[in-house]
Amino acid sequence: MMLRRPLFWLILLLAAVFAWLPKHGNNVALREDLILVAVAIILTSNLNLMIGYTGYVNFGHIVFYGLGGYVGLYLMTVRSWHLIPAALTAGVAVSVLALLFGLGILRLRGAYFALATIGVLEAVQAFVSNFESWGRSTGMYVSFESYVPMGGPKHALWLTYFLIIGVMALSLMLSLGIRRSKFGLGLFAIREDEDAAIVLGVNATLYKAIIYSVSAFLPAVAGALMFFKNGMIDPSIAFEYMLSLEGIVMLMLGGQGTVAGSALGAGLYERLRSYLLTSPRLSAFHLVIAGALLLLVIRLAPGGLIGWLYRLVPRSREVIE
Amino acid sequence: MKRTSLIAFLLSLFFVAGGFAQTITLGFTVSRTGSLNVDSLEQYRGFELWRDTVNAAGGIKAGGKSYKVQFASYDDESNSKRVQQLYTRMILEDKADFLFSPYSSSLTATASIVTEQYEKIMLTTGAAEEKTYKLGNQHLYQMFAPATQYLTVALDALKAKDPKATVAFVYEDASFSVAVVTPAKAYAQQLGFNVVFTEAYAPNTTDFSAIIDKVIASKATVLLGGGHYADGSTLARQLYGHKVPLKMISLLVAPDSPQWAELGDAAVGVIVPSQWEPQSTFKAQYGPSGADFGKAYTAKYNAPPSYESAGGYASGLVLQHAIEQAGGIDTDKVAGALNSTDITTFYGRTKFSTVASEHGLQVGHAIVLAQWQKDKAGKLVKQVIWPLAGKSADLVYPIH
Amino acid sequence: MSGILASMIDGLLIGSVYGLAAMGLSLIWGVMDVINLTHGAMIALGMFGMYLLFGASAANPYLLLIPVIAAGLVLGMIVYWLSVSWVIDRPQLMSLLSTFAVNMMVIGIGTAIWSTSPYNVNFSLPGITVGAYTFTGNHIAAAISAVVIALLLELFLYRTRAGKAIRAVADNRDAAELMGISSTQVLMVAFAIGIALAAASGALVSTLFPFTILSGASYQLKSFVVTVLAGLGKPFGALVAGVLLGLLEGAVSPFIAVSWIPLIEFGLFVVVLILFPRGIFGRATA
Repeated sequence: MMLRRPLFWLILLLAAVFAWLPKHGNNVALREDLILVAVAIILTSNLNLMIGYTGYVNFGHIVFYGLGGYVGLYLMTVRSWHLIPAALTAGVAVSVLALLFGLGILRLRGAYFALATIGVLEAVQAFVSNFESWGRSTGMYVSFESYVPMGGPKHALWLTYFLIIGVMALSLMLSLGIRRSKFGLGLFAIREDEDAAIVLGVNATLYKAIIYSVSAFLPAVAGALMFFKNGMIDPSIAFEYMLSLEGIVMLMLGGQGTVAGSALGAGLYERLRSYLLTSPRLSAFHLVIAGALLLLVIRLAPGGLIGWLYRLVPRSREVIE
Repeated sequence: MKRTSLIAFLLSLFFVAGGFAQTITLGFTVSRTGSLNVDSLEQYRGFELWRDTVNAAGGIKAGGKSYKVQFASYDDESNSKRVQQLYTRMILEDKADFLFSPYSSSLTATASIVTEQYEKIMLTTGAAEEKTYKLGNQHLYQMFAPATQYLTVALDALKAKDPKATVAFVYEDASFSVAVVTPAKAYAQQLGFNVVFTEAYAPNTTDFSAIIDKVIASKATVLLGGGHYADGSTLARQLYGHKVPLKMISLLVAPDSPQWAELGDAAVGVIVPSQWEPQSTFKAQYGPSGADFGKAYTAKYNAPPSYESAGGYASGLVLQHAIEQAGGIDTDKVAGALNSTDITTFYGRTKFSTVASEHGLQVGHAIVLAQWQKDKAGKLVKQVIWPLAGKSADLVYPIH
Repeated sequence: MSGILASMIDGLLIGSVYGLAAMGLSLIWGVMDVINLTHGAMIALGMFGMYLLFGASAANPYLLLIPVIAAGLVLGMIVYWLSVSWVIDRPQLMSLLSTFAVNMMVIGIGTAIWSTSPYNVNFSLPGITVGAYTFTGNHIAAAISAVVIALLLELFLYRTRAGKAIRAVADNRDAAELMGISSTQVLMVAFAIGIALAAASGALVSTLFPFTILSGASYQLKSFVVTVLAGLGKPFGALVAGVLLGLLEGAVSPFIAVSWIPLIEFGLFVVVLILFPRGIFGRATA
């Protein structure tokens, strides 16, 4: 089933290219650029599960990434766990927490839900900022010794990179898998008309809570990996509201509701952002450019780049999901 | 424009004469935007002035060659998210030979993961917290006196004046200020002070009224703490607005900036633990005297230097000295030269720890205390009040 | 005078400014069902508007509120045309995103002009001292200004033709259209008023605390909390809820570290949203 879908192979190809390019020729600068692209894709494609598939705007999606980072770093630094089990545990823990939150706030619809997600983000950030075991506002630091079992920081950073690429591929696969499943169709039904979906027998509350929880898992794993790579975590970088919002821009740019769109939007936006940051003349204007871009997309092409492609080449719908 | 063309002219002259001028590239990020930008830009100006001075004199001369200094620097937006990307870029694409740290302890900790990975020397300035140097790094060199010293010095000064004072600690909940206040609180109790109130506030706080009401209720007579510029200046303003009856206020970092004078009456009497003050009269074995540095700085930027600026300039000097000692820019040789560095510049003494568990920690430099006072003409000036041996005025206590 | 009482009075004073900030958000939300994410940026522009006017004229800041409000009305119409006019009848996601896009642009331009350094409006009125506690003149004047502006808005909404038209459109747009009210014009006016209120609250905040171009964001968040507590589309309710939020902050802060307060506020916000999606006080407004 999956094997017959072209995008499945494209995702594998993308992951392979991402993994091979910097390793070949030991191009670490490229690796650093690509890892940020990969993280953007992870966050955006999981956000797409909520916004694109289910029609619920989550302004606080970054909370999963940040909490994942905290749980992961806590396990690694305080409990001396290895990176991989720590990251997986972080994913599971954050998913469970999301399920509990979700059952509460997903009773809300539309804009009320969107607002509640901001509330959750702010409340979690405020809690972590006061939480003694996680270092309050100061956060937690990774000791250099944690890199030793992995063969020093050089190897540890490469390992983290490959793991992130893996998580990126899994994120896209997950979106692809859900898209044509019965569960996915239920989500689309909720997006189109929630009341009608309930009448048709979709257990909307459960579906929404499950997808909310599922969309938390891989971002949390990525958070654990990335903050390990970063060497430290504190509440202001873990729960950056701006990053959450940029995720929405990326998704709209690429095309919400599509797998390829989330990856394309994330990749383009992140490269643009990096370029603007290092360009002395334009670095002050990155927000203006991003804002104008978003405004143009929703005004002229609400389906994003992929939606535009669909209109141009209707048959592309079959291939580019 | 004029200045750069002059420098360019001098350089080209040198190029023709010397024949084999080479360049070394120094990489660092600056917080041009975001919450750290006031302090970070002052540090940057120190780097910049040093570079221009060195290049105007024909570059760093070592091992029979001359090295012209150029910078590769980017905006880190006061956010550690991009720090690793940018430091990697500087090392690999801009081929930076040596690095300076970003401003602040937390950004430096993040950057050091990358710099250590490439075994690049990074002189850290504006990063006083000790923790970073105890994580096992071998290529970091700290220019600032460690965080522990900041407020213990202020407590020594207080002890000499009023051993019965009641103390409140109000500080930013951030790596640096926590690293300062934690040992200071223990030291205060050890000196026999009654610590009546302690509270940390979130880094972006602008409304301190709730905390100020609690300080008043605690009947504290001395307030120690603060964090960085934005919060520290706000706290001082509101303490003044609420007429809190304090005899002594000592805040971190913020009052050192020349901008502090803009606070007007709220600025008066506030004490800042400082890495360096323009009045400091260290006999420089190397580089310019304090007076010359101050003059050149003021001429270029129309403002007196802060200690961040001095730290920035001194980082350049110490690196220059090490390169000269090493006779070249080979990392291992320069690291060796830095390890054995023990010099006094206008900025004071600089010596790095070579103990493996705290390699690179600053052990030579010491903190001074400065206080904002009104001079005879009623103008606000910053005076050195501690250590007594190097004072330029007496501590005004109580403030009002 | 006890610390708790002083702390509550401080809370009351700042709370009325929170309330004023939230009124603009609440009005727009209630009238056109748009959650205006430019709110924070408009508050920040109000701060800088006050800073520039005060720097240029050195006039009394409370008089300068009038040009700030006037500029806010004009700006509101521009923002309406740019980001809201064409999404009114489209899914709510669209208006969230279009106002958010304008927010990014305003913040971006502001960052390019003013960087993100803190600015101050150097003006202070003599305060009132009671025992060991002093309430600053600026806080008292800001609270009074906020209440006066709120009362003026209330008068406008209930006593003038235009105000009644706004309320009619908020209640039922189709019915209002049938009665001959041009809803497009009314929506634009309501939006402009909402922005002017945001700018006015920003201008008042600028006389109390230092601010950066990013400072609007935290008042936007507070405005969400206040609006949800008050229930949508009830501007005066928002003022009351703002004052209550300030009082709550003042009442709890003597007993816990101030850094816990956001957790209480946002926790309360989420719980109230879930339990009373139409606000604690009050009738349902669609």
